[in-house]
Amino acid sequence: MRGALKYILPAALGIAMLVLWDVLVQHYQVPVFVLPGPSAIWPAFTENFASLMASLWVTLQVTWIAFAIALVGGLALAIVFAQSRTVETTFFPYAVILQVTPVISIAPLILIWVGLEHVERAAVIIALIVAFFPILSNATLGLRSVDPGLRDLFRLYGASRWQILWKLQLPGALPYILAGMKISGGLALIGAVVAEFAAGSGTATGLAWRIVEAGNRLEIAKMFAALALLSFVGIVNFYALTGLEWLLLHKWHESAIKKQD
Amino acid sequence: MTTLLSLSAIAKRFDSGVEAIARMDLEVAEGEFLSIVGPSGCGKSTALRIAAGLIAPTSGTVAWPSGRPQIGFVFQDPTLMPWARVRENVHLPLDLQHMKKDDIDGRVARAIARVGLSGFENAYPRELSGGMRMRVSIARAIAAQPKLLLMDEPFAALDELTRQSLNDDLLKLAREDGMTVIFVTHSVYESAYLSSRVVVMSPRPGRIAADIALSPPPVRNADYRLTPQFADAAGKVSAALKGAMAA
Repeated sequence: MRGALKYILPAALGIAMLVLWDVLVQHYQVPVFVLPGPSAIWPAFTENFASLMASLWVTLQVTWIAFAIALVGGLALAIVFAQSRTVETTFFPYAVILQVTPVISIAPLILIWVGLEHVERAAVIIALIVAFFPILSNATLGLRSVDPGLRDLFRLYGASRWQILWKLQLPGALPYILAGMKISGGLALIGAVVAEFAAGSGTATGLAWRIVEAGNRLEIAKMFAALALLSFVGIVNFYALTGLEWLLLHKWHESAIKKQD
Repeated sequence: MTTLLSLSAIAKRFDSGVEAIARMDLEVAEGEFLSIVGPSGCGKSTALRIAAGLIAPTSGTVAWPSGRPQIGFVFQDPTLMPWARVRENVHLPLDLQHMKKDDIDGRVARAIARVGLSGFENAYPRELSGGMRMRVSIARAIAAQPKLLLMDEPFAALDELTRQSLNDDLLKLAREDGMTVIFVTHSVYESAYLSSRVVVMSPRPGRIAADIALSPPPVRNADYRLTPQFADAAGKVSAALKGAMAA
């Protein structure tokens, strides 16, 4: 019962809000170019289904490609940092600069460099820039947070650097890396959207572009349809990563062990 | 008796400036059960870590007259890998040393059985009690069949009953495998029960204040704790410790 309620309650709230929204919009006769109700958004969704799905696919690709590169690159750099303090102190400030500079302000530059005819490349690059840092910093912290007793044990048995990394540091860093991945997954989507907004025109074909385009034409219902799809992408990414985290950690790590309440 | 380990004029000063060991000369014979007893901070753990090669002494030498043997180390905490099952934890030393001998899985299973944890091979450390985790730690140390077992206050965090039963199990393991054991503790009674020899250290900076030979019966159980012989052994260690603290 308790398990089912966990899903029924939020779903019921969502449906109630949608109904309320629709009723209020119709009651006060709010124009559809200001705020359409769900009953007006749904047709906009079905009428534009093909183009929205095509855009969804583009946005998914950009997000996932950027996320994958951020994951591999961030992990690789974190491993290098964990091997050498010198390398870390040399490079880390630049990683911070990349992180703290608002990405929307770099977007126009990147668009100029890759060319407006390749907005999807700019989107990948921008999404990569924002998704990279959380994985890098979390993984670096995790790789350094090794139980000193276990490190001594590994040294006692003459473990190589590779064995320490593979059998001790990486498994120990897993909770940190997964936490970083969850943040980066959301940021990658933001990056993909920012790029298309900054481009404003050109060859962009992702969901954000559908929003810009529909906004220019005052097709507010279509904007909402694209917006809902963007939220959907974010939710899917988040829960996919939460599921992965549970899969990898629930047997041993406190954060993922089912609460006994 | 053959000398297994010889510490000569060992001194240790840490980078922080703390002088842990002033001077230590110690010969450990094969087959001994040697306890090092002393107050907190007297450098007994440091001495053990120097013997294991985990830290280098500031001066002095560590010598192994008949070659450096396979060493097992049991820390104060069980120091298990939380993400690995009991079996994988016990497997670790064999993996790290790339042991290619036959029947590694059998050796791991036997080590687990000998500490009384058969049936828990697939458990994760968090599912075990403190005493059971320490048993896993001991199984891991003996799986590689060490000639020398170094133990750093391994039972300090356990309750008295668990501690006594682990003491008996440890004696049995050491006797069966003919292991030399160096056992660091701050418990007079534990050292008197376990040891054939007790070295008492003075407060920091540590030096050896007394070296006491004991002759407990080779096979002993809880009844031994009630004998005058045990009381005598504990008395000797206790008096030496008192002397070391006063000096």
